[in-house]
Amino acid sequence: MIRFTRVAKTYASGLPAIEDVSFHLTRGEFAFLTGPSGAGKSTVLKLCYVEERPSGGEVRLLGQSSVLLTARKIPTLRRRLGIVFQDFRLLPDRTAAENVAFALEVTGASAATIGPKVLRVLDKVGLKAKADSRPHELSGGEQQRVAIARALVNDPLLILADEPTGNLDERSTRGVFDLLQQINAGGTTVLMATHDLQLVRASGLRTLEMQRGRLVFDSGAGRAGTPAAGTEELA
Amino acid sequence: MNLAVREGLLSFRRAPTLSALSVTTIAFSLFAFGLFGLVALNLRQALDQVGDRVEIRGFIADGTAPEAMSVAVEDIQQFPEVAGVTLVTQAQALERARRELGEFEDVFEPGLLPASIEVRLGEGARSPAAVRAVATRLAAYDFIDDIRYGEEWVAKLYRLRTIATAVGLALGLTFALVSMIIIGSTIRMAVLARAKEIQIMRLVGATDGFIRAPFLIEGGVKGLLGGVVALALTGATYLAIGRFVVQAAFFGPLLAIAGILAGGALGVLASAIAVGRHLREVR
Repeated sequence: MIRFTRVAKTYASGLPAIEDVSFHLTRGEFAFLTGPSGAGKSTVLKLCYVEERPSGGEVRLLGQSSVLLTARKIPTLRRRLGIVFQDFRLLPDRTAAENVAFALEVTGASAATIGPKVLRVLDKVGLKAKADSRPHELSGGEQQRVAIARALVNDPLLILADEPTGNLDERSTRGVFDLLQQINAGGTTVLMATHDLQLVRASGLRTLEMQRGRLVFDSGAGRAGTPAAGTEELA
Repeated sequence: MNLAVREGLLSFRRAPTLSALSVTTIAFSLFAFGLFGLVALNLRQALDQVGDRVEIRGFIADGTAPEAMSVAVEDIQQFPEVAGVTLVTQAQALERARRELGEFEDVFEPGLLPASIEVRLGEGARSPAAVRAVATRLAAYDFIDDIRYGEEWVAKLYRLRTIATAVGLALGLTFALVSMIIIGSTIRMAVLARAKEIQIMRLVGATDGFIRAPFLIEGGVKGLLGGVVALALTGATYLAIGRFVVQAAFFGPLLAIAGILAGGALGVLASAIAVGRHLREVR
């Protein structure tokens, strides 16, 4: 699903953001990416959804190699991902349903399929009743659920979440995390960056810990990266 | 494409102030261009009217046979540069002189004024060289005594026309360029106002073409609206000038439609540049 091989990323400022990062995430896994601010968590995620390209090493994602991926293929790749951010990134002048529909519209889906699909995912995140509310009428937790619904609507193989609970209170955090776990239970791989250590410890899920641009701990190391798991990424 | 049209048009509702501002800006820059066009058009027409009077007159020797004259007239009519030939007999010349110079009526006696051939030249043949060429051919008829065509005047007119064309072209290009820059920055504002939306579109997998389409439609519609407003403003100015200053010519319907379409094209072009630039910058 995701395989990082000795990946390095140096931004234009010249300082390396990440160095020598290698890990492998198999299909259906749920992994946390932890570490203090500036450790390189967001860079890892950006490399996954190809907002950034690695300066060294290789990122393989859904069978595509960062070495060979052309700019034209990026949109199709992103349609198979769901991306969730700390700041939700909803369009303020559109309703919850329109925000979700947006992700389907860009793929050229027909109007007839969009409506029912949007309602189905909004139902899944528990917001069917608020389909016509605009973001400012929703709580932070609800806005993040809309964002998750938007990420889900294209039936992604992988959800990338960058501090999705960073702006939420404890109760909303719990709700969003439960929702992501529920989505994972349906077979979708989830990689979630967070610095909420309490959440990480309580979950007992696989954890990748970053520090100063390096991967310093991987609770799933050895389990993943086996040849058998490697064949799965061509899914 | 359906969606692109909807999104393009919805932008007017989502950002009415900015949209109105864009349309106004486009309208005024096109209005300036339209006023310039009006001046150029009238100047050109005036020069053309003067140009219609470029004429070569060949005076015919006394005692030339009328048959020879009419053969010559038919001959000259066939010259490609010639728009029309008139034969003025001695009697007609006298008649005309008496009419035009009434107070000297008694001075003119029959036979005093020679017969002549008057040659008017086509629009493409009014340069000094072309006029001289026709004059030379005319002089070759042996019954032609003398040729007159106001050589100096033709040269002056020609120079004036050349200057007017060059200045018109330079000013027109400058105006068009200024309009494009203004329209481009207005559209860029609209693009920047929706930077967040563009970012989200990209993250959910929109292609650049998909992102661009609504902006091109929006720019085109703004350009067309701006063109219509500009035409209305130019029309109003024209009417005001017509009433209070001087009667002038206005654009024909084809030119007016072309102007509006040019506004639309300018809007599309400016949008394409603005969005393209933005998409490159934020990749």
